[in-house]
Amino acid sequence: MSAKKLNLKDKYRLLTRDLDWEFSYADRKEAFPYEEFEGIKITDWSKWEDPFRLTMDAYWKYQSEKEKKLYAIFDAFGQHNGHLNLSDPRYVNAIKLFLTGITPLEYQAYQGFSHLGRQYGGVGARVACQMQSIDELRHVQTQIHAISQYNKFFDGFKEWTHMQDKVWYLSVPKSFFNDARSAGPFEFLIAISFSFEYVLTNLVFVPFMSGAAYNGDMATVTFGFSAQSDEARHMTLGLEVIKFLLEQHEDNLPIVQKWIDKWFWRGCRLLSIVAMMMDYMLPNKVMSWQEAWEVYFEQAGGALFKDLARYGIKMPKYAELVSKEKEHVSHQTWWTFYTYGQAAGFHTWTPTDEELDWLSEKYPNTFDKYYRPRYEYAKQLEKEGKRFYNGTLPMLCNTCQIPLLFTDMDDPGLTSHTCHHHDGDQYHFCSEGCKEIFIEEPEKYVQSWLPVHQIYQGNCGGPGLEEVLTEYYRMTMGEDNLDMKGSPDEQRWKKWKGVA
Amino acid sequence: MPVNAYFDDYEGVVKDRVENFHGNQLVYVNWDKHLLFSAPFTLMVPPEMTFTDFVHEVMDGAFNPHPEWKKVDWQAVQWLRDGQSFEPQWDHTLASQGIGHKCFLRFQTPELTGIFNAGV
Repeated sequence: MSAKKLNLKDKYRLLTRDLDWEFSYADRKEAFPYEEFEGIKITDWSKWEDPFRLTMDAYWKYQSEKEKKLYAIFDAFGQHNGHLNLSDPRYVNAIKLFLTGITPLEYQAYQGFSHLGRQYGGVGARVACQMQSIDELRHVQTQIHAISQYNKFFDGFKEWTHMQDKVWYLSVPKSFFNDARSAGPFEFLIAISFSFEYVLTNLVFVPFMSGAAYNGDMATVTFGFSAQSDEARHMTLGLEVIKFLLEQHEDNLPIVQKWIDKWFWRGCRLLSIVAMMMDYMLPNKVMSWQEAWEVYFEQAGGALFKDLARYGIKMPKYAELVSKEKEHVSHQTWWTFYTYGQAAGFHTWTPTDEELDWLSEKYPNTFDKYYRPRYEYAKQLEKEGKRFYNGTLPMLCNTCQIPLLFTDMDDPGLTSHTCHHHDGDQYHFCSEGCKEIFIEEPEKYVQSWLPVHQIYQGNCGGPGLEEVLTEYYRMTMGEDNLDMKGSPDEQRWKKWKGVA
Repeated sequence: MPVNAYFDDYEGVVKDRVENFHGNQLVYVNWDKHLLFSAPFTLMVPPEMTFTDFVHEVMDGAFNPHPEWKKVDWQAVQWLRDGQSFEPQWDHTLASQGIGHKCFLRFQTPELTGIFNAGV
C-alpha cells in the first residue's frame, strides 16, 4: 500500500527544491546571467533557508479564502454606502495619494519579483520570489477594488494610471522603484525586501491601516487585514536574504552595508509623504509621525540592527539625521503640497485651530518656532480671500526628486542643499545622503527624469502651467486639485449629510 | 566604478544638458530664511539676460507674493553663487559673470526676518 498523503517535508521538497535540475549541456552562468555582476558571491545556494515553508497548492488555498472574505466585505461596503461612514471627507485625500502613489509601486514590486523569480540560481529563492510577485499583483488588484468604491463618489481617482508616469510628485515613488528594478537582483532584494519591507514597512502599514480604522474607512482596513499575512511573509524573506548573503561570503558585507545605507535613506525620503499624511491628512489622528518613527524604527529597528551586529552590519548611515528630521519633515512636506495645491491631484487645506494645537503639543521643540507661523499666515490669507498658491516651479533633488524642502538640522530655518560636478555638468541634492548615492553611480542618475526640467524642455505640453496640469496630467481644474474648501467633494459631502 | 552595470562601458544619457533647453538655461534661486516658498525655484532664462532683468523681471514674478519682497534693499543683499560669496554686475549678462546652466544663487536679507519674524 502506498502512503496516503505526503508529509509536509516531502511535499515541500517536491514542490520547491525538486523543481530544479542539474545543467548537463548548457552553461549555468548563461541561464542565470545577472548573478555575478554586482560583486555578490554565492558559494552554495542550498544553504538558503526558506522563510516560509509554503508550497503553491497551499498558497492558492490560503489566498482564495482571504479573497472570498475580502470581496464579501467590499460588496457590503458598496451596498450600504460605506463611504458615508467616513470621519470627514478630507480623509479621502489620503486614499487618493495612496492609489496614485503607492498602488503602482505594488505593480512594480510584482514586476521586480517576477524577474527575480526567474533569475536567481537558487530554486528556494526563486520560489519565494515567485510567490511574492503573485502577492504583489494581488495587492494591486485588491487595492484597486477597495478604492474603486470611492471613485464613485469623490474626485481625484479617475486618472491614476495615467498620472503615475507624469505628475511631478509621483516621480518620487516611481523613480524609487525604477532605481531598484534597474539594479541587479541582489540590490533589488536588499532595497525592497530588507530596507523597505523589513525595516520601514510598518511605518507605511500601521499608519495607513490604523488611520483607515480611526477614520471609518472599512474598505481600506479590510484590504489591510487581507494583505497583512502576505506582508509578514515578505518581511521574513527580507531578513532571510540578509542573513544568507552575509553567511555566504565575507566579501558581501561591504556591498550589503552600502545598499542598506542607500536604501534606508531613499526609503526615509519616500516616507515623507506618509509623515505628512499622518500629521495633516488624517482627521482622526492615530499618532504623530515622530511617535511612529520612535516606536517602529528607533525601538524596533534598533533591536534589529543590534541583532545584525554579529554579522558586522551597522546602523544605516543617516539614521541619526533622520531622528532629528522626524520633528520637521511632515510640516515641511504638507506645506509644499499646500502651497503647490493647484498642482496636486488631491485637495489640500490648512489645519483647523484644534489641529494646530495638536501639532504644537506633539512637536514642542519645533512646531511653534518654525511651522505654526506659516500655517497661521496661510489661514489669515484664506480669510482675506487670498488663498496662497505658489506659481513658480521648485528646484528638485537629482536623486530623490523631491523639491528641496528639507532644512539643515544644524539650522532648521535654512534650506538644505549640496551639489556635485560630474562630466561638465552640475547636479543638485537635498542632502549628503542623496549626493552620495549619485556619486556611487553617476551614469545612472544623470538620466533622472526630473519633472520640472521636463516641463521646461517642453516635453510635458504647455507652455503654461495650466495646460500641463489639465492636458498632460489630466487634472480637472477645481475638481481634482485646489483647496478642500469649496471643492465639489466638500459640497457633495454636505449635501449627503444634510449640512448647509 | 561609474555604474554597477551588466554591460561594459555603460553610459547614461544626460537628460538635462543645456542643449535640451532651446537656447535657455536653468538658474535656481533661493531666498534664504523665507520659507513661505517651501523650496528654491527653478527658473529658465536666456544666458544673455542681464542681471537687472533677471532680478526685476524673472525673480520678481516668482517672489512677489511675499510681503517683504518690495522691501528688499538690493544694495545690501548678500549673494551666494554656487556656495561662494558673489558681487553681481547688474548691467552684465548672466553668462558673463559665471551664472551658467544649473547655477544655484542664494540671497540673504538679514534685516528682513520673514513673516511674523519667523523666517517665513
